[in-house]
Amino acid sequence: MPVSFSQADDKYDVIVIGSGLGGLTSANRLAYCGYRVLLLEYHSQLGGLATWFKRNGHIFDVSLHGFPYGMVKTCKKYWNKEIMNSIVQLKDIVFDNPQFHLKTTFDRIDFTQKLNKQFKIPQSTIDAFFTRVAGMNFYDDQSMTTRELFEEFFPGRSDVHRLLMEPISYANGSTLDDPAITYGIVFSNFMNKGVFTFEGGTDKLIGMMTTELENNGVTICTNAKVERIVVDKGVVRGIECQGRMIEAGAVVSNSGITNTIHNLTDQDAFSSEFMEKANKIRVNNSSCQVYMGVKKEDTIDDIGDLLFTSTVAEFDSTELRDFKTGSKTFSVYYPKTRPGHDRYTIVASMNSNYSDWEKFTEEEYKKEKEDLIQRTLIDLDRYFPNARERMDWIEAATPRTFNRYTLHTQGTSFGTKFEGLDVSRSIFKEVNGLFHVGSVGIIMSGWLGAINYGVIVSNDVDAYMRSKD
Amino acid sequence: MTRDAIRDLILEIIEDIDEDADFDTLQADKPLRDQLDLDSMDFLDIVMELRKRHKLQIPEEDYPELATLDSCVNYLEPLLADA
Ligand SMILES: Cc1cc2nc3c(=O)[nH]c(=O)nc-3n(C[C@H](O)[C@H](O)[C@H](O)COP(=O)(O)OP(=O)(O)OC[C@H]3O[C@@H](n4cnc5c(N)ncnc54)[C@H](O)[C@@H]3O)c2cc1C
Repeated sequence: MPVSFSQADDKYDVIVIGSGLGGLTSANRLAYCGYRVLLLEYHSQLGGLATWFKRNGHIFDVSLHGFPYGMVKTCKKYWNKEIMNSIVQLKDIVFDNPQFHLKTTFDRIDFTQKLNKQFKIPQSTIDAFFTRVAGMNFYDDQSMTTRELFEEFFPGRSDVHRLLMEPISYANGSTLDDPAITYGIVFSNFMNKGVFTFEGGTDKLIGMMTTELENNGVTICTNAKVERIVVDKGVVRGIECQGRMIEAGAVVSNSGITNTIHNLTDQDAFSSEFMEKANKIRVNNSSCQVYMGVKKEDTIDDIGDLLFTSTVAEFDSTELRDFKTGSKTFSVYYPKTRPGHDRYTIVASMNSNYSDWEKFTEEEYKKEKEDLIQRTLIDLDRYFPNARERMDWIEAATPRTFNRYTLHTQGTSFGTKFEGLDVSRSIFKEVNGLFHVGSVGIIMSGWLGAINYGVIVSNDVDAYMRSKD
Repeated sequence: MTRDAIRDLILEIIEDIDEDADFDTLQADKPLRDQLDLDSMDFLDIVMELRKRHKLQIPEEDYPELATLDSCVNYLEPLLADA
């Protein structure tokens, strides 16, 4: 169990700030490499955006809508087999919009078939498209946008663009104007074998990870907000938290990259060239969610696991983030999600801008949340009639909620645009011993991206620590 | 370390990463990646393991040297001469 911050020692080999999946994984890897690790989390619960909450007998998952098959290998190698064994496939992915309706397993074989039969795209074009995206690397030329990529293969086919883009926009906030390579890498990850989830829910996953961290000797403190990263003569010395300094040979920040640079570290620790790059970082959009719990005696028929729905004529990245967007995903959690817990819940997710929500007074905010719930229930009625009457819990989250719980700049749900990756990767060249881990660059976000990035960064930390000896 | 010992070391590390890896048909001059279903994360694991076991620091720009079993042995031979 996490201990209180007052029990932390005065000195560690490595301090990890933040317990998102990236921070948890870095802490675990570094402990496995033999370092004494302290993990400090601001919130009372571990997991960052990989989180859940309990209401009225329901357990709501915030970011467990689906991840790629790569999680199986990643969890086995960097966590443990027990965690790996809980990963199961979500087989029914539904698209419903004015352009098309379909149900898919969201993998290459099924997509190829749908594109060929339903959308009448020649087999050779489909194969060429898959080959192109599968061959994309993050260090490739990034001047082509996803829009240009789609136009090259499927000119004028806004329906095909929608099928290919909508789920990825929801998964990482990217748009048609982001680099095609970010699209190709993430899309290919999913197309490998489809969409997967964690049986038992986020609470079970984070519980298992906490046990593993403790077995590996990591000291964990919650309710511990780091105020400052202490840098002296270009070298990291430790952190300050609750008025206390803790020394460390290296500090890994899982706080957002913009927070890490602007709010946690002394500005004069960075060169002007570096700050110039850092100032250009754009964060991704935030989210709105509506969490709905079905009454005990009621059930949900099999309407699919993940529903990408829209009432809007054509796909448009800006519309997706609109305050009153007609586009929503519904994640349906059947009792199979948490074997032994026989309740049904639905979580509606929308992309959203922080700027649309920050301006409201408390009273306006309350009303706008109620209106958001109302709009969501109207849309949900198409798949689950009389939705409001059948729920015994309904609650909304907005960009303000995400900002409050994670401190992320503008409540970003998916870190930064592509330029954030380079800044995150090069921060330790600016300040010796300071590392960043967490959602950046679109490709290093999501559960899989954050965990893999945690491994990449712990490799950098290990190399640095050993070079000091 | 002899060339054979380095070869065994690499295979042992890969086996830890992927216990199902099949070495029987492995061609030493062909990319490991294509034959054993290794991805870039697996290569990072090899780098980390070599650092752990033999204090070897392999810079990122040298990662391509680990592409085939032969190139691994060629690259590591001088570095592990005293190991
Ligand atoms: C609504 C929503 C739905 C999503 N759905 C999916 C999905 O279905 N599949 C998927 O793969 N991904 C999904 N994601 C994305 C995924 O959840 C994130 O990319 C991933 O969890 C982020 O991990 P991270 O390592 O970047 O850290 P984060 O989760 O961002 O955590 C950072 C942590 O650092 C802590 N922190 C910050 N500052 C300090 C400080 N000063 N001191 C101490 N602690 C601090 C925060 O409290 C937080 O716990 C979703 C995200 C959102 C918001």
